[in-house]
Amino acid sequence: MSTQSNDASTLTADRPAPDTSRETRPFFWSVRRELWENRSISVAPLVVTAVVLFASLISVMSLPLRLQRIDDPAKLDAAMVRPFAMAPAPIMLATFIIGVFFCIDTLYGERRDRSILFWKSMPVSDRTTVLSKASIPFVVLPVIAFVLSVVTQLTMLVVSVPFFLAGDLSLVTLWTELGFLQGLVIMIYGLAVHVLWYAPIYGWLMVVSAWARRAPLLWAVLPLLAISAAERIVFDSWHFMNMLHYRVGGALKEAFAFKPGADGNIDRLSQLEPANFLTRPGLWIGLLFAAAFLAIAVRLRRYREPI
Amino acid sequence: MICVEARGLRKTYGTTIAVDGVDLLVEEGRILGLIGPNGAGKTTALNAMLGLIPYQGELKVLGRDPWTERDRLVRDVAYIADVAVLPRWIRVSQVLDYVGGVHPRFDRAKAEGFLAKTDIKRTSRVRELSKGMVTQLHLALVMAVDAKLLVLDEPTIGLDILYRKRFYDSLLNDYFDHSRTIVVTTHQVEEIQDVLTDVMFIRRGRIVFDSNMEAFESRYVEVMVRPDHLAAARALSPIHERQVFGRSILLFDRVDRQQLASLGEVRTPSIADLFVAVMSDAAGSTRGDNA
Repeated sequence: MSTQSNDASTLTADRPAPDTSRETRPFFWSVRRELWENRSISVAPLVVTAVVLFASLISVMSLPLRLQRIDDPAKLDAAMVRPFAMAPAPIMLATFIIGVFFCIDTLYGERRDRSILFWKSMPVSDRTTVLSKASIPFVVLPVIAFVLSVVTQLTMLVVSVPFFLAGDLSLVTLWTELGFLQGLVIMIYGLAVHVLWYAPIYGWLMVVSAWARRAPLLWAVLPLLAISAAERIVFDSWHFMNMLHYRVGGALKEAFAFKPGADGNIDRLSQLEPANFLTRPGLWIGLLFAAAFLAIAVRLRRYREPI
Repeated sequence: MICVEARGLRKTYGTTIAVDGVDLLVEEGRILGLIGPNGAGKTTALNAMLGLIPYQGELKVLGRDPWTERDRLVRDVAYIADVAVLPRWIRVSQVLDYVGGVHPRFDRAKAEGFLAKTDIKRTSRVRELSKGMVTQLHLALVMAVDAKLLVLDEPTIGLDILYRKRFYDSLLNDYFDHSRTIVVTTHQVEEIQDVLTDVMFIRRGRIVFDSNMEAFESRYVEVMVRPDHLAAARALSPIHERQVFGRSILLFDRVDRQQLASLGEVRTPSIADLFVAVMSDAAGSTRGDNA
């Protein structure tokens, strides 16, 4: 990085106008500094991956033995791929949780430790700062989740080869049943759905983080519950609560089709319903709210002082 | 060129008035000392100039509105706030990388040069550094920025006297070049007396004294009055009187030096002397005005 900027400085030094100066990349460095500060963004998913990998490898090693006890061939195939298909779930869940805690703390933490005064002394606009912070749950964490999930599955596949051969199991069946490439598409789709659908939630958390003087997590949750309770008491209805419920649970319902009577797994491309998802008003209204929340967070960061 | 211009600058926190109608004009190439007791509004005034807080009144810094144009303004303004604000988790090497990555006028080699004179290790985190080291690090970052305006709010707090001396020397010799402007607040008035070109006293959110140093030196005279001349000296309306070792020291504003020399030992007062005089005068005793 530094060599690049040095080159830029020699280039600009040749220009006649003395006012031009080194090229800077405020957004890039703002994201990097978030990764420096919040090492949980990279370390925690790695730890979860390590645990998942460890458990999955044990499961893969004992898989041939366990499969011998299953008589029903239909159940056999499902049991064979289950450890592989399950592996990404905890990793993704970990990144979602990290994203939530990151958003609720980030604009609050910089005011609490007064470092906001240092960040504001740098020529980085409030918009760049807020957007670079938003890029953590919207871009960085999903990419980390995807890469770690793929690495986990590949490692499991490689390790399982000798055990499958020794247990006289078909690797071809495993490969076709698992549908690895299909799985990649499903993962990317799932992560995209997650980001788009939950964007307003992350945005709301950042607004509260920029606004609250203390206990941002409580401020993020309690007012919503209070509004629901007030609505229940005054109008005897649950519209607000239903809306929240739809926001939290709607992504799965709108973006995927579940096999009737099946176990809730999503392992077929035909189960993805992007057309339905993209035509839901709930998605677009949510994105509008997300944009509004980010704009409010930018505004608030300008006004807020150290706590 | 006018560097900072404020008219009727006001800032209130609830019912507390932090800055109460300040008018300010700082021209390019000046070194202004803003001096006042704790809670006088120095930091609030500086924060307003840096676009950190909203305010009422008119304020232009380097021709820009600090509130709406903070990110563009701070390309040309370097500043240190009055408390350690460097994030505690950051490593020295990281903060150098970061500032180099976002600040177009940051000269990393220069910052490394300043750091080479300290015991600060590149791999240390800010939380592992002593208070003085954090200040040294922050000063190194700020002085390596080729800024038009440098704002220092209590810059040498927590530093030992040797480093303070070196800092002000380096500020004058390495940094200041007459196209830059410096605004500094401090409690250690004596140390910056020789550095300043202008001085301002601020009290309860108001500017109570404003002068450049040349005028200051020609205007004010302090006389250690011989006891037999005390009545004659008091008749000349001193603005302040204090006792040292049983002798009366009287401070005069715009009184002929020759005339005073006949009353006792004459010398130019320090800023600290005048500060005490002006502050205690404003505190209630208006003897100077009545006499």
